[in-house]
Amino acid sequence: MSSHHEEGFIRKYIFSTDHKVIGIQYGLGAMFFLLMGFGLMLMMRWQIAFPGKSIPFIGKLLTQDGILSPELYNQFGAMHGTIMVFLGVVPMAVGAFGNYLLPLQVGAQDMAFPKLNMASFWVFFVGGLVMLYSFLLPGGAAQSGWTSYPPLSNIAPAGQTAWLIGMVFLITSSLLGSVNIIVTAVQLRVPGLSFFRLPFLVWAQLVTSFLLLLAFPPLEAAGVLQLMDRVFGTSFFMPSGLVVSGQALEVSGGGNPLLWQHLFWFLAHPEVYVLILPALGIVAEIVATNTRKPLYGYNTAVYAIIFLGFMSFIVWAHHMFMTGMGTGMSAFFQATTMIISIPSVIVLTVLLLTLWGASIRFTVPMLFALAFLPMFAIGGLTGLPLGLTASDIYLHDTYYVIGHFHYVVAPGTLMALMGGVYHWYPKITGRMFNKTLGKLHFWGTFIGMNGIFAPMFFIGMAGVSRRLYDATIYEMARSVQPLNVIMTYSSWLLAAAQVLFLINIFASLRKPKEAAADNPWEATTLEWAAPTPPLPHQNFPEPLEAYRGPYEYNTTSREFAPQHLQEA
Amino acid sequence: MSAVIPYISKPHPVTGVTNAKFGIWLFLASEVMLFGALFSTYIVLRVGAETWPHGSEYLSVPWAFANTVVLITSSLTMVMSWAALQMNNFAKYKKYMGATVLLSFGFLIIKYIEYSAKFHHGYFPANNTFLAIYFTMTGLHGLHVIGGIIVNGYLLFPGSKMWSTEPERFAGRVECAGLYWHFVDLVWIFLFPVLYLL
Repeated sequence: MSSHHEEGFIRKYIFSTDHKVIGIQYGLGAMFFLLMGFGLMLMMRWQIAFPGKSIPFIGKLLTQDGILSPELYNQFGAMHGTIMVFLGVVPMAVGAFGNYLLPLQVGAQDMAFPKLNMASFWVFFVGGLVMLYSFLLPGGAAQSGWTSYPPLSNIAPAGQTAWLIGMVFLITSSLLGSVNIIVTAVQLRVPGLSFFRLPFLVWAQLVTSFLLLLAFPPLEAAGVLQLMDRVFGTSFFMPSGLVVSGQALEVSGGGNPLLWQHLFWFLAHPEVYVLILPALGIVAEIVATNTRKPLYGYNTAVYAIIFLGFMSFIVWAHHMFMTGMGTGMSAFFQATTMIISIPSVIVLTVLLLTLWGASIRFTVPMLFALAFLPMFAIGGLTGLPLGLTASDIYLHDTYYVIGHFHYVVAPGTLMALMGGVYHWYPKITGRMFNKTLGKLHFWGTFIGMNGIFAPMFFIGMAGVSRRLYDATIYEMARSVQPLNVIMTYSSWLLAAAQVLFLINIFASLRKPKEAAADNPWEATTLEWAAPTPPLPHQNFPEPLEAYRGPYEYNTTSREFAPQHLQEA
Repeated sequence: MSAVIPYISKPHPVTGVTNAKFGIWLFLASEVMLFGALFSTYIVLRVGAETWPHGSEYLSVPWAFANTVVLITSSLTMVMSWAALQMNNFAKYKKYMGATVLLSFGFLIIKYIEYSAKFHHGYFPANNTFLAIYFTMTGLHGLHVIGGIIVNGYLLFPGSKMWSTEPERFAGRVECAGLYWHFVDLVWIFLFPVLYLL
């Protein structure tokens, strides 16, 4: 650390209570973990495409012969999922975007509980450290998949215990964050900003926070129970008479491994919507701004995501059709699964119809938002065969499933988040990013992501299981093996594109501040009424009032009416 | 310099609650989900078990009954401490809040006696799923009691300085701590019959 830092550096940048600083802390932390999760996957992809060949450049650091061992492959797989979901996308979508933008968009000076907000970040930080530390334990990190199904996870090496402890920290962090977001969105709106004048992103964060608040505690309970199983030898998830490697396990038994699946998916299905709703909110902001049109059917979209939030609590067992839970239960969860697809389609239709008759500006964030729409649609539609029991029997646990949810989360959510970074970058930093680099990043990401995830559908339909270390030992997998090579090359393209992204967002910081950067996109919502960057601990120089809805744009006259101006 | 946040001591005119009170209700909603998941676990394990012991075979009903009385009394003194603040009687607040904290310690002492008796008899969580769920649920509840003691202890001693500067906000804090404490009490009211009597 250099010596010219002003007084109170630690209070200002490390243990800050300012929601903007905390948002950036979350953003940088999440970016680190997203890159790390991606890095793990690059190594796994090498092994999948070229089984038994040593990884170039870095393989020697991992094992003696440079070949990714089966144990490491399992660890990387489990930790890739854990890191991407709990340490990457959620902290980015809710922690970074929610923290930075939500108080600005409701016109508040900060979150309702600034100290809790700080605590939320630091608890997340500790959770992340525990997860990283688990790689150093004997036997390595968790290796029972990101779902940690018992009994396998109960008898796994010590890394699994660290995983559980890390999860308890991450859940606590989410809990603090979600309480803060809900109270801020409800209590701290400026005068005139009624619920149906809120930007769609605020609605998305509000519903997301309710999901985090109510769905995470059952996983916390499940985590505590598995911790009891592993540390105190209880048998919550251990059935009687379990035999491992030819030896009877010395546990009392009487537990139920499916109980874990129920508790886990009771969280993890709402979690899917935690991942996607903020992305939909970000895309709605970008689309409305760059089409110069009000969001088509704003109220419908709001009601749709509220309904979606409720429904997401009663679909979880569609992940468990293969557990033999009976046709009656399967039929129920199949029906709710079909119903929950309706609100998602409504929101997507709202976004599509907003494009209709618009004068679209093809800015860099708009490119990401436009790509999001078909990618998310592919992700959603390929989920339907998995939600129907008859086709799920065939597709369950194959690469098709991987393709489906990655289309939702990677070309869907991640591209929306990247678009969001570009969209609000001028407001956060006072500088404009390099647009050419931004477009190169977009095309590299778009082609790379599709090159990785589209072939998964075909590999999955060929019957290849999702967790194989070396699928080529099976005859039926050999015919689709060339696709794996294409996917691995695509992953390098994706990695190269992210290098451009990192260069762009960090190198652009060195540019001089632009004077006219307060509202470069000519947007209407309240965050653009703040100075650039918004004032520390205050955001706005004067208290604001809102006089109209969030998206008062005019396509023909190209005029726009910011929410905070009485006379437009 | 710090941000000016509205509705810290005065309620929001539309929602009718302060930020903290709204926050504590949300927190309690998540706590309901946490203990709800554990009670569901109890049901699933019990329904799936071939035999399930009667609680009194392992556990001491008289001690648990005593603890129920202790905890309900502490809830009562908690309300009284808040009521004392409403009546502007700070000395009375101190008395009742002190009683609440003492009773909470009383609860933990009885719990300690119960736990040591179990360990003495060789009853451990690993023995069977009944003892496993008993130790997990009462242990987690015990952690909540400890959390309550920390919060109430803070409001009794260092935190009570706020009474002279921001009385309304302080009373709000006591009310929120009280809501939490009643929740902890309520969980025990469910735990007692489910684990000891049924």
